[in-house]
Amino acid sequence: MSTTTANPDDFHGSHAHDDHGDHLPGFFARWFMSTNHKDIGTLYLIFAIIAGIIGGSISGLMRAELAHPGIQYLHTWAMWMDGPDASMDQAYHLWNVLITAHGLIMVFFMVMPAMIGGFGNWFVPIMIGAPDMAFPRMNNISFWLLIPAFVLLLGSTFVPGGTGNGAGTGWTVYAPLSTSGSAGPAVDMAILSLHIAGASSILGAINFITTIFNMRAPGMTLHKMPLFVWSVLVTAFLLLLALPVLAAAITMLLTDRNFGTTFYDAAGGGDPELYQHLFWFFGHPEVYIMILPGFGIVSQIVSTFSRKPVFGYLGMAYAMVAIGVVGFVVWAHHMFTTGMSVNVKMYFTAATMVIAVPTGIKIFSWIATMWGGSMSFKTPMMWAIGFIFMFTVGGVTGVVLANGGVDDVMHDTYYVVAHFHYVLSLGAVFGLFAGFYYWFPKMSGKMYNEFLGQLHFWVFFIGVNLLFFPMHFLGLSGMPRRYPDYPAAFEKWNTLASHGYEIMAAGMIIFFINLIWSLAAGKKAADNPWGEGATTLEWTLSSPPPFHQFETLPIIDDAGHH
Amino acid sequence: MPMPGEWTIQKQFTDTGRQALWMHNYLLMPIITLTSIFVLILLAWTMFRYRRTANPTPSKTSHNTLIEVIWTVVPVLILLVIAVPSIGLLADQYKPALKDALTVKVTGYQWYWGYEYPDQGIPEFVSNLQTEEKAKENGEPYLLSPDNRLVLPAGKPIKLIITGADVIHSFAVPSLWVKMDAVPGRLNEKSFTIDKPGVYYGQCSELCGARHGFMPIAIEALPPAQFEQWVLSQGGNPKGKAATPATTAAAAPAAAPAKI
Repeated sequence: MSTTTANPDDFHGSHAHDDHGDHLPGFFARWFMSTNHKDIGTLYLIFAIIAGIIGGSISGLMRAELAHPGIQYLHTWAMWMDGPDASMDQAYHLWNVLITAHGLIMVFFMVMPAMIGGFGNWFVPIMIGAPDMAFPRMNNISFWLLIPAFVLLLGSTFVPGGTGNGAGTGWTVYAPLSTSGSAGPAVDMAILSLHIAGASSILGAINFITTIFNMRAPGMTLHKMPLFVWSVLVTAFLLLLALPVLAAAITMLLTDRNFGTTFYDAAGGGDPELYQHLFWFFGHPEVYIMILPGFGIVSQIVSTFSRKPVFGYLGMAYAMVAIGVVGFVVWAHHMFTTGMSVNVKMYFTAATMVIAVPTGIKIFSWIATMWGGSMSFKTPMMWAIGFIFMFTVGGVTGVVLANGGVDDVMHDTYYVVAHFHYVLSLGAVFGLFAGFYYWFPKMSGKMYNEFLGQLHFWVFFIGVNLLFFPMHFLGLSGMPRRYPDYPAAFEKWNTLASHGYEIMAAGMIIFFINLIWSLAAGKKAADNPWGEGATTLEWTLSSPPPFHQFETLPIIDDAGHH
Repeated sequence: MPMPGEWTIQKQFTDTGRQALWMHNYLLMPIITLTSIFVLILLAWTMFRYRRTANPTPSKTSHNTLIEVIWTVVPVLILLVIAVPSIGLLADQYKPALKDALTVKVTGYQWYWGYEYPDQGIPEFVSNLQTEEKAKENGEPYLLSPDNRLVLPAGKPIKLIITGADVIHSFAVPSLWVKMDAVPGRLNEKSFTIDKPGVYYGQCSELCGARHGFMPIAIEALPPAQFEQWVLSQGGNPKGKAATPATTAAAAPAAAPAKI
């Protein structure tokens, strides 16, 4: 209680009338020892934005290098990293470090912290009418574990990792490239980074599950929860079940690397494929971990801006549950070319295609929610509609890749890169921006600039499509992933993709201008800036919400909140 | 080999390749294109028809069992239409090689390929990236062309036994619909028959370290008679099991790998 007010009695007195219990702690205690779900959510969002800038800049380096055939800048960068006598091999290794860092940062330090830690922390307690998360201190450690994890990952770039400095294993960290193929501490540091980030996510998942099961306001039954809460609940279960498997897999990498075990070494009776099975048993649910909260956000926004309740609420909720369950039994479609038997390949082909069904239910239910509605096209709605279409495009190429026999020619080509960037960079990231614009007035108490928001959407939309759509062509034509240089035949689409990156980057500059301008000079936001369509509990609070909300629990009536 | 500006799958030169290409071009592509266009039109129409100025009072409909059943069942049916030929394609791709198939052992190394013809008694020779100058000199595409090609007979069944020596690589030749990981400690098998003579290029397709992008693959398919000549020129025995393994080692052409 280190307020700077001259007269503490007056301070407390004035606040007693507010009946919000808004006793703000001092700066250090508030931001470094926080147990408040909204402040921790803000910390997560700031962290994700910083990580996103780093991860996005790395992709800029890669697009610059790939704009034309031949090595343009890579050798120069390697000389900055490894000293003036850096060899070409060290330059090529640096490329692998870049792709690895881009993947790990975007997955573990941008999308997950923003979706689950950021929006989940901010709005799950409010949407279920709870005063805070179930375990506020655990919430704090969940966030602060991310800092050493991120420092370890960034630090690994500057220590030896085999041919050059840094971990150049790809975000999948496949053995034996990551064991016998990468001497030096870089890969150990990257593995420890994943361990810590994983622990952070597991603690967060426990917190969300406990909060959602035990702290719903009276009348807020599971079947009345907003779909965003449903999405975080399913995501939390995926995290809880998948991350320990990753932890086990990478622990065995560590012991293989350092203590002479041979879990993944055929020479000692192990099997490199074991690592891939374990990794993708985590890795496939992981992609749903990244996209499900986006589904939830889009459901809220589509309903709000159509002024209609979500169409087929139960179908929507249980489609997410189905996606979560089926997501655990399709992992080996990431391994179609490893030489698995024909029966296994047939099973994973069929099982993978099943996921299209609940996904289709979601797409059509969103459109049905709009159907008959009274739609306004504010910035969050534009991102949500963009999400629906771009996710559809990314989804259908997933159906192509699901066919084991067809996948053979596309596996590990740019077709796969195009596919997962359509579902993540145009899916999950569109979901993030949708949520950010939707909740920005609530979180900050300021309105964003609508013109800049629309401009950001259109520039980014055009940019990412120019960036990622040509990658389908490159993949079909046979260009493999993770290549710093390519035959001249692939130049045309690569150049176009690099221009797409430039446009996308311009869109991001508009975003940051909007962000800074809105925080500094944005109009004051009303409690509910979106009108009658916004029915969830956060819009009943002030903007920004009081430091502690719902000290008297709200009673949810039969009208429901979906 | 890839063509400049190409935006489709490369022309195919094997039976299973053509079968898979047909499935992609005439089954999957139409379905995914129509699905995407259908969703786009639906979205656009909804955005136009139900914009606030056109429809100021929203309906309160939030359930319609019939339509929900339809949009669950129709995708299931579409997926069945895809699944049946897809499973058939897999079965065809996994047909075991004929008894008289030519066996070549392919080994992935950091960062080059090794090819060995155990039945013909041709010991392993290695295949490295051609330098840009060399490739230009030979009129071959840089980064796709190695110094030594994997020589195979056209029109004859072939069985590749693929493995990795150090880390995982992947032996990939897009125009033959071949991609098989080279995993240390495993022997993966891939069988196919190349339609006609020609050179078929490919590249390593599993991240294998620094020079992952610089270990290309070229298969040179020769008419069977010429292939036998080639085997003889390597000191091998085209009739099968090498009779004189002792003489072969010295004759291996590319035994000195041109490290670059």
